[in-house]
Amino acid sequence: MDKSTATQPQLGFFGMCRWAWRQLTTMRVALILLLILALAAIPGSLLPQRIQDPGRVTRFLEDNGAWGQFLDTIQMFDVYSSIWFSSIYLLLMISLVGCVIPRSAQHWKAMRSAPPKAPRRLGRMPGYVAFTSATDSQEFLDTAQTRLRKLGYRTARHGDHVAAERGYLRETGNLVFHISLLVATLTMAIGSLFGYQGQRILIEGDTFTNSLVAYDSFEPGAYYDPDTLPDFRLTLDKFTSAFDADSPGAQFGQPRVFEAEVTTTVDGRSENHTLKVNEPVRVGGTGVYLTGNGYAPEVTVRDATGKVVQSGPTVFVPDGGPGYTSEGVIKVPDAAGTQMGFVGVFLPTATQNDKGELVSSFAELRNPYLVMSGYTGDLGLDSGVPQSVYTLEADSMTQMTDASGEPLVLELGVGQTQQLPNGGSVTFDGVKRYVAVDISQDPTQGLMLVSAICVLLGLGLSLFVPRRRMWVRVADGRVEVAALARGEDPMVERAAKDLAADLRDGGPASAEDSRTSTTGSRIASERD
Amino acid sequence: MDVNTDLAMWSNQLIVSAMIVYAIAMIAYAFDLFGGRELKQSEVTSAESKPLSVRRTSRKTATAVLDAPDTATGGSDDTGSDDAASRHGAERARRAARVGTSLLVLAALLHVAAVLTRALSVMRVPWGNMMEYILTATAITVVVYLIVNIRKDVRYLGTFVAGGVLLSLGLSITVFYTPAAQLIPALQSYWIAIHVPIAILSTALLYISAILAVFQILKARYEDRAPKWLRFTKRLPASTDIERVSYTIAAVGFITWTFTLIAGAIWAEVAWSRYWGWDSKEIWTFVVWVVYAAYLHARATRGWGPTKVAVLNLIGIASVIFNFTVVNVYFNGLHSYSGL
Repeated sequence: MDKSTATQPQLGFFGMCRWAWRQLTTMRVALILLLILALAAIPGSLLPQRIQDPGRVTRFLEDNGAWGQFLDTIQMFDVYSSIWFSSIYLLLMISLVGCVIPRSAQHWKAMRSAPPKAPRRLGRMPGYVAFTSATDSQEFLDTAQTRLRKLGYRTARHGDHVAAERGYLRETGNLVFHISLLVATLTMAIGSLFGYQGQRILIEGDTFTNSLVAYDSFEPGAYYDPDTLPDFRLTLDKFTSAFDADSPGAQFGQPRVFEAEVTTTVDGRSENHTLKVNEPVRVGGTGVYLTGNGYAPEVTVRDATGKVVQSGPTVFVPDGGPGYTSEGVIKVPDAAGTQMGFVGVFLPTATQNDKGELVSSFAELRNPYLVMSGYTGDLGLDSGVPQSVYTLEADSMTQMTDASGEPLVLELGVGQTQQLPNGGSVTFDGVKRYVAVDISQDPTQGLMLVSAICVLLGLGLSLFVPRRRMWVRVADGRVEVAALARGEDPMVERAAKDLAADLRDGGPASAEDSRTSTTGSRIASERD
Repeated sequence: MDVNTDLAMWSNQLIVSAMIVYAIAMIAYAFDLFGGRELKQSEVTSAESKPLSVRRTSRKTATAVLDAPDTATGGSDDTGSDDAASRHGAERARRAARVGTSLLVLAALLHVAAVLTRALSVMRVPWGNMMEYILTATAITVVVYLIVNIRKDVRYLGTFVAGGVLLSLGLSITVFYTPAAQLIPALQSYWIAIHVPIAILSTALLYISAILAVFQILKARYEDRAPKWLRFTKRLPASTDIERVSYTIAAVGFITWTFTLIAGAIWAEVAWSRYWGWDSKEIWTFVVWVVYAAYLHARATRGWGPTKVAVLNLIGIASVIFNFTVVNVYFNGLHSYSGL
């Protein structure tokens, strides 16, 4: 500390706290925090995020070395759960609480007290009309009060004038908006603790029984109890799809129909449903969502003894292109002699491109073709290390070769069989469809919806209900009508004029002395 | 997969015709704003067009006290908020502006016909890809502009409404061109009839608010230093007046944007099993929302002058445009519906 600061009076710990609190709850700091929040959210859209695609993050880290490591250290791949992002929104929420509480108290008081007395010089108000009137002043004020009440004002009589105020709903809306935002943020945090999300792939004919082992992946919230998984079964009976075969340009080959026929069974009662992308099936408090689909070629593998060692459909993963070219792996651990593995590509509509390569030109099964290479050796399934069903540890295996010593390529249409060099054979029997479904539960969704609706309602009220004070004073046969806006209110001058015209027994609104101001309504209630 | 290709072709023809009319309307408006002899004339009477000085004596209290101008300016006219500057502008015949508006109405009719024929050609909502989104959003922008014009003379915006629409339509039938076709399954939901049109309306409102913010900044600068190159702003209302219109439209836009975000979250739950997942489109929708929230707060914050606040408005529209273009086309995400 240098001398200049050392001589200043000590704030002390509590003084510092109070100072920090005051700063935090000012509008200026809240505004800066809002702008920082907007900025801080951006990196999450530029860099891959673990919550979306952990695989892309891993690839990014592999490709970018030290730079990637540095970004990872500062949590750039987990932006929305990072310390810095969390601190910004936590500060913002604290600031909001610090603002909402005193304002609620203030508003509560204001709602229960009478509109304040008129200032001495009403002529300074943004809306102002004065005229002479011969009627009895008390009677006139009675009329004015009734009139204002009818217009929705809260009124009070103060000696020679009526004071009126309207638009309490503006502040109510403002508070509802901000409180609902707080509730929504909290709900979001709580929902992720008590819900779960799981994924599962189902081939036509498969039945899913809701239990932990049945999921391909399962991400429970910190406080989710897997014992409370609802009891149900779901069978994929049939999956149908259709793709655009008529349109030109980029629209050709785009999907048009994805429909899964499923049967759910709860408490022994079965029901049929159609599961679509935007039509999840709700069963037992969970939602089942259609998130993906693809082809599962049915392949039969026989070993050298002619015994069937592998049969049935295998899931192949589409590459995301319009032709649904899909990659997959078939593992055959139980063959006589050595284990076998096949890596291949499935082409729903195989065609030769200009370069003579086999590609898939359409997503439907017009000319299904399976192209694979085979390997022999140890699949590594017994090593205890978990491995993906979609990859083959080909490095530790030997590639099969044909008679001329070239790597063996299996090219199979439906129904075709090809012999393997070791005496076995591979048959391509047909193709089944599969779907990927998300199964999830979030017990807080109802609360979230309610807070979202409150956010919207509160916002509407706080921005468009005009908050206005009006006064009508009668003194010495002279009537003054004045209006003051609190917050945005383009109608403030109009309000004074209309009321004045009304009170002059419906006469024309030609006031003898009317002053208006262009900036009258540019007063926003401040927060500090 | 029925597509009425005849109607789709008609739609494309109508877009081109509308563009031609928009181009002429833009020129007429530009002449009204920048050209003509009156600009020089009005320079002579510049003292008259100086805005009234009304000063807020205290920014601290919510019930601020205002010093009304010394001279009573209003007659008993109902448009009391008009100041001398805009009244001066109204004195001009403004034939060019009238021509511009008439042409804009004609262009809007052609444009709406283009939207309708496109919709009828595929018998679904006309916002299933980026091209259709632009086509509809620009139509709504023009309609919003024409509606605002009924209540308040904002014809000085005409050049930039017509120009912006022209540019957007040009992009929509070239780089964003997508042939008419049915929707992909991800978009087959009644939410597309709720979430997207409100998003479109928000875009239109925020765009108009942003042009007003630009004029507000220019006019404020003219009121402050009166540089020669800003002489044309004499034809505009006072900057405080422009600011108020800009703010009101942005406030409506903020509400509709909030609705867009909420409706989007509900749709996301139906489609992707969670209402919020920080998908790149969700991130940018959130960023836009926060920027406009900051804009609304800045307006009520001490130390933030109207020009600084207007800059936030412009940052807001920049993020809206970024959200629509760059995020749609280049970012990986679930909202990949550009049709490109």
